Formats: sequence, C-alpha cells, structure tokens
Amino acid sequence: MATQNRRDFIKTAVAIGAGAGILTGTMPSRITAKEVKTPSPARKGVLVDTTLCIGCRLCEYACKEEHNIPAGNLNSYEDRSVFDHLRRPDETALTVVNEYKNYGQGENITDVKIQCMHCDHPACVSACIVGAMTKQENGAVIWDTDKCIGCRYCMVACPFQVPAFEYQKALDPHIMKCDFCYDRQQKGKLPACVDACPVEALTFGNRVDLVEEAHRRIKAKPDKYFNHVYGEYEVGGTSWLYLASEDLSKKALPKLGTEPAPGVTESIQHGLFAYFVPPVALYALLGGIMWLTKSNKEEEEI
Amino acid sequence: MRQYTEPAPVKIKYFTPGVIVVCLVALNGFFFLMGRFIFGLGAVTNLNNQYPWGLWIGIDVAAGVALAAGGFTTAALGHIFHKDKYEEITRPALLTAMLGYTFVAFGVFTDIGRWYYIWHPLIFWNHTSPLFEVGICVMTYLTVLYIEFLPIVTKKFIGHVNLPGVLSKLNRTVDKLLRALDRGLDKTMFIFIIAGVVLSCLHQSSLGTLMVIAGSKMHPLWETPVLPLLFLLSAIAVGFPMVIMESITASHSFGLKPEKETLSGLANFIGPLLGIYLAFKIGDMAIRNTFRYLTEFNLQSVMFTIEIVVGFIVPFRMFMSKAIRESITGMYIASLLVIFGVFLNRFNNFIVAYKPPYILKQYFPSFGEVSVTLGFIAMEILLYRLFVKYFPIISQPKTGVTPSAKFEIKGATK
Ligand code: SF4
Ligand code: SF4
Ligand code: SF4
Repeated sequence: MATQNRRDFIKTAVAIGAGAGILTGTMPSRITAKEVKTPSPARKGVLVDTTLCIGCRLCEYACKEEHNIPAGNLNSYEDRSVFDHLRRPDETALTVVNEYKNYGQGENITDVKIQCMHCDHPACVSACIVGAMTKQENGAVIWDTDKCIGCRYCMVACPFQVPAFEYQKALDPHIMKCDFCYDRQQKGKLPACVDACPVEALTFGNRVDLVEEAHRRIKAKPDKYFNHVYGEYEVGGTSWLYLASEDLSKKALPKLGTEPAPGVTESIQHGLFAYFVPPVALYALLGGIMWLTKSNKEEEEI
Repeated sequence: MRQYTEPAPVKIKYFTPGVIVVCLVALNGFFFLMGRFIFGLGAVTNLNNQYPWGLWIGIDVAAGVALAAGGFTTAALGHIFHKDKYEEITRPALLTAMLGYTFVAFGVFTDIGRWYYIWHPLIFWNHTSPLFEVGICVMTYLTVLYIEFLPIVTKKFIGHVNLPGVLSKLNRTVDKLLRALDRGLDKTMFIFIIAGVVLSCLHQSSLGTLMVIAGSKMHPLWETPVLPLLFLLSAIAVGFPMVIMESITASHSFGLKPEKETLSGLANFIGPLLGIYLAFKIGDMAIRNTFRYLTEFNLQSVMFTIEIVVGFIVPFRMFMSKAIRESITGMYIASLLVIFGVFLNRFNNFIVAYKPPYILKQYFPSFGEVSVTLGFIAMEILLYRLFVKYFPIISQPKTGVTPSAKFEIKGATK
C-alpha cells in the first residue's frame, strides 16, 4: 500500500512538473506582449500655466458639459466663494480649480486646476485588478466600464488622489476621472477644458514640445516662475505639466519622488511570480518534505 | 492519549441564550447588508473619495484572511511535516479556515461596487496587480478548502444515504458515487494539501504588497517594501494562537476538557515565530530609520505602539515562558493578545496608516459598516456550531460505538 502511494505520488509529481513546464513555457510571450513599458513618444499633454489662470472655472463647465454631468447655470460660475474651501475632483466634477491666497512670491493669488495627470507610468493602470484602466497611445489613461468591478484599488493606488467613485449608486456605479477627452481627441478636437480656456492658461500639444516650452518660459522670465516643471519627472513623468510662481508641491499638488509609483510593487510581483518558478519550487519543496517525513515515520514503525 | 480520542459530532443543544444573542447580531448585519445592495455603498458606509477602503476591506478581508491562517499552518504541521500528534486539531482548524475564507469572499462581494462583475478577474487578467493575484489565490484556495473538507462530508453520508420520496430509488447510486468520490479524494488529497499551503503563502504575502503601491500616502511606521514578508510572517505567527483560542473556547462552550498537551505543544512554536516576525519588523525599522516617527504624538504613533507592544512584544515574552505555555489560562490570554496584534496590524495597515494628501472628510466606520462586519462574524460562529453539531470535527474521548472516522484528512497520511 505504501509503495503504491509513493508511486502515485511520483507520478502525480511528474505530471504537475510537466504541467508547470508547459505553463512557464507559454507565459513569457503573454507577459511581454502585454507590457507597454515606454510610453509613446508621440503622446500628448497639456501645459498648465497657473500664472495665467484667472480662476474663471470655464474649464469646469466645459468638462461637465462634455461628459454629461449636470453643469448648472453658467452664471453661477462667477461666484468666487467656492474658493473658500479646498475642492477635489470627484464624481460630480472631473476637474476643479482651487485658489490659494498668498501662494506665490510676487502675486497674491494662484489658481490651480486639478484633474487626472495621465501619468507616464500610471499607478491606477498597474493596480487595477482587471485591467479596466489603460494607457492609450496619445497618453490618455481611460477607464473601461465593461471590465471594472468597483474594487476602488485604483483610488488607493493613485498618488495624485484623482479617481472618484459613485458611492450613491446601487447599480452601475462608475469610476469617475478625467479621460483627457479621449473621444474628442480621436476626432481631432482639443480637450474641452483647453478649448474653453479664455486666457490660454492651458496649452495642448506633444508632451516633448510642452516640456521644452515650459523651460523656455522659465528662462525668459526667471523672476516670474519657480524653476520647476511639475510633472516633468514626478512619479516618472506625467502628461499634464504645471508652471507656477511658487513650488506647487508645497500645497496645491502632492510632493512626490521621481520613481514611477508602480515600480516597487511590480518588481515584488515579478520576483514572486517570475514565470511561476517560486510557487512551483515551493510546491516541490513541500511535496519533498511531505514524502520524506512520511518515509522516516514508516521506517520508525518497521 | 491520542488513541483514545476521535472526532465526533458534539452533542449539544443548538440554541442557548448566548446563541440567540449571536443570532440577533447576525440578523442586524443582514439588515444592513440588504441596505447596501438595495441602496448602494454610499447609503450604508462612510466611505468617500479620500478613503476608498474602510472597515470591510481592513477587517472582513485583510484581517479575515490573516486570522484564517490556522488552516494552512496546521495543515503544514500535521500533514506535511507529519507531526501526528497535532492531527486532531487540523479538522477544527480546517473548518474555521473554510468558514473564514467563505466570509472573506462574502466581504469582497459586499465591498466591491460592481459586485455583479465579481467573476471578471477570472477572464480579465492584470498580472501587474497584486490585487488580481490575491483574488485568484483566494478563489483557488477556497476551492481547495472545500475539497479538503469534502471527505468529512462524504464520510458522514456513505452508507446512510436516505433520500426522501421518489428520490429514494437513487439511494444506491448516490452512495456509489460518494464512495467513488471518497476513494478518488483519498488518493489525491496530498496534492490539494500542498497546494493549499502554497496558495496561502502566496496570497498572505501579496495582501501585504497591496499597500506598497500607495507608498506616498502611507505612514512610514508601516510602509516598507518588505510588507509582503511581514504579512506572511505575521500570518504564520497568528495561525497557532487562533487554533489555541478556538480550541479552548470550543472546549469551554461544549463542556469538554481542553487537549492541554497538544495545545502546549503548539504554543512551543509561537514564541520563535513571533520572534522572527519582530526581528524583521524591528530590523526593517532600524534600517529605514523610522523609529523617529514614534517621538511624534498622533493617532498613528499611538496605534503603532499599542499594536507592537500589546499585540506582539508582550505575547512574545509570554510564550517564551514555560509556565505560561503549560497553563490553559496563560496560553489563552497570550493567544488572544497575538490575535489582537495581528488584527490591529491589518486594521492599521489598511486604514490608520492610509493618509491621502487631501482630506476633505475624515473616515470613521459607520454603524452600518460595523453591523455588517459583526454580522458576518456572528454568522460564522453560528455555522461553526452547526457544523460541529452534525459532523465529526472535534476530537472527543472515545465512547462506545463510533463511526469509522479517522483523525487525518484522508489520504494525507496513511
Ligand atoms: S493621476 Fe492617478 S488616475 Fe491619473 S493616470 Fe496617474 S495614477 Fe492614474
Ligand atoms: S475600481 Fe475598477 S478601475 Fe478601479 S481598480 Fe477596481 S476594477 Fe480597476
Ligand atoms: S481633458 Fe477633458 S476630461 Fe480632462 S479635465 Fe479637461 S475637459 Fe475634463
């Protein structure tokens, strides 16, 4: 009986080994095929020059209109008391402008528009359990309603604290965040907010050109600008870039390092699951121990 | 000693005043659960856009998984390392793990906003996501636990199949099927047992990876890239304390004598296991120089101090003492402390340590959230009681006629 069992064990172990071999053999092609590590050089971006922004919030209005979110009366946007409190993008507004008094050196008032940054290495895309967040060729990070399970891990992962969730809906709640007006861009149109801005505080273009443009502006007026392009290197770079008269990471935007947010996690995941070798090795090890301790015991019993 | 005990259904009256209270707690939870599904997450929870994860993920899922670690740790000890004297505790541990993980799955189902898509991870894979890995491993492990439990069920019905009415014609066929199933499981059970341990190691550690990506929002007292290792080590350390706590509680409430020798044996492992965890945790803090955050006085530093002192260092010292390992009360208290420590650790990691840069509204669990969490725990207790009443789970002194049940999960040892 015991030998019978042992033979079974060996047979099964061999079968498992073979199965694992096939699995590992097929894995690499799948993994490399899916991974788009370097973002497209042709990706678009927007340069937000907060020194030009007048806090008219027409971008907020345009964004809502574009995304079928109740936008309210256009006149109501003249009410500047909304600036009394800090606001964040949420399920009712994909972008918001916050106003800071005494933020800059020379000027008194700084208005900062906030929306998804469309990271070059987006944490939300890396984290999403089902791959409902995807980074597109033009740089836009968009959400897929047919996949999302509503786990809200993207919200936990996003270093800019951007995605919002429709908690009030029992059925079909959405993750709401700026989609870089992906549909409009496909039709060759500007993002709605950029289109609506009356003072050209928002500049749309190729990200590479925008980085150059930003540095050109700083060089031309070194007194006016704080010498840092927010988003050029933050968490590995973002599609949206910011210029300001003061360090934005003091308050208006989070202070972040230059390492891509998903980096550590992805190396852990990769280390643990490199082609399934570690789990299979653990399996084999435990199987070996099980077999050895059993035969030891049998010997004792004889 | 061992030869004279054998798993058997415990003869108890199901409803006692205590059980009725538990029923009420379960009912209250069920009520809010319905509210969540009918009116949405916003109606029952205090979750918001700054705090997307709250009590249900922190307790029902993360702490639930950790505290169900008794299943794989005892399976490894009893079936893989073949420490036979511990076999009698593998069954109750298996039952709690099975119930525990079932409710983890319910917890996930309740928490995700688009619950009708819960099956999506099976077809849409994102291999960079630790959550995907946790999800798949938990699903697979739950299946493995059901398979491991199956022989206990088939054993009960083999030879006793008695379907009502017309179906009674099928009695013999069903009986045959059960026997075939039992034989098949008998031969292959070791595959599932090893798989269970591997899957547990994987998802216990990946649960720790979950918060790594939120690094910039996490308090440095908890945040570290070695979180997966710390999660695995603490899960292993809490496995035996859970078994000891359950075993003593069950003996007490079913009027049996606790198996002191076996439990003391288990307790011998706990001190070193806690020591290993503490060594890594404190070592990591020293390397990353995070002790300095303890000099600040805030919610995080207080919670951290409680967690590490009350939940890890004190029970570590207790389990290192022989006198405590030999006393039922001593083991019980020390085990409760470890359970508290790991529970608080998961709660802290997922809720207290999470500090988004822009907070418009603080999160504090709502009455509904607490009700659902307590309700799930109550339902688990009720099911546990039901199972031990009708199935041979708990080892008891042999008395007269006993069914041909065995100690081991069949096939694991023979
Ligand atoms: S800002 Fe947040 S939501 Fe937007 S791409 Fe980056 S990680 Fe994703
Ligand atoms: S909430 Fe949706 S989009 Fe966000 S991580 Fe979960 S499945 Fe992905
Ligand atoms: S790019 Fe489109 S979605 Fe994003 S803030 Fe502007 S208008 Fe809104």
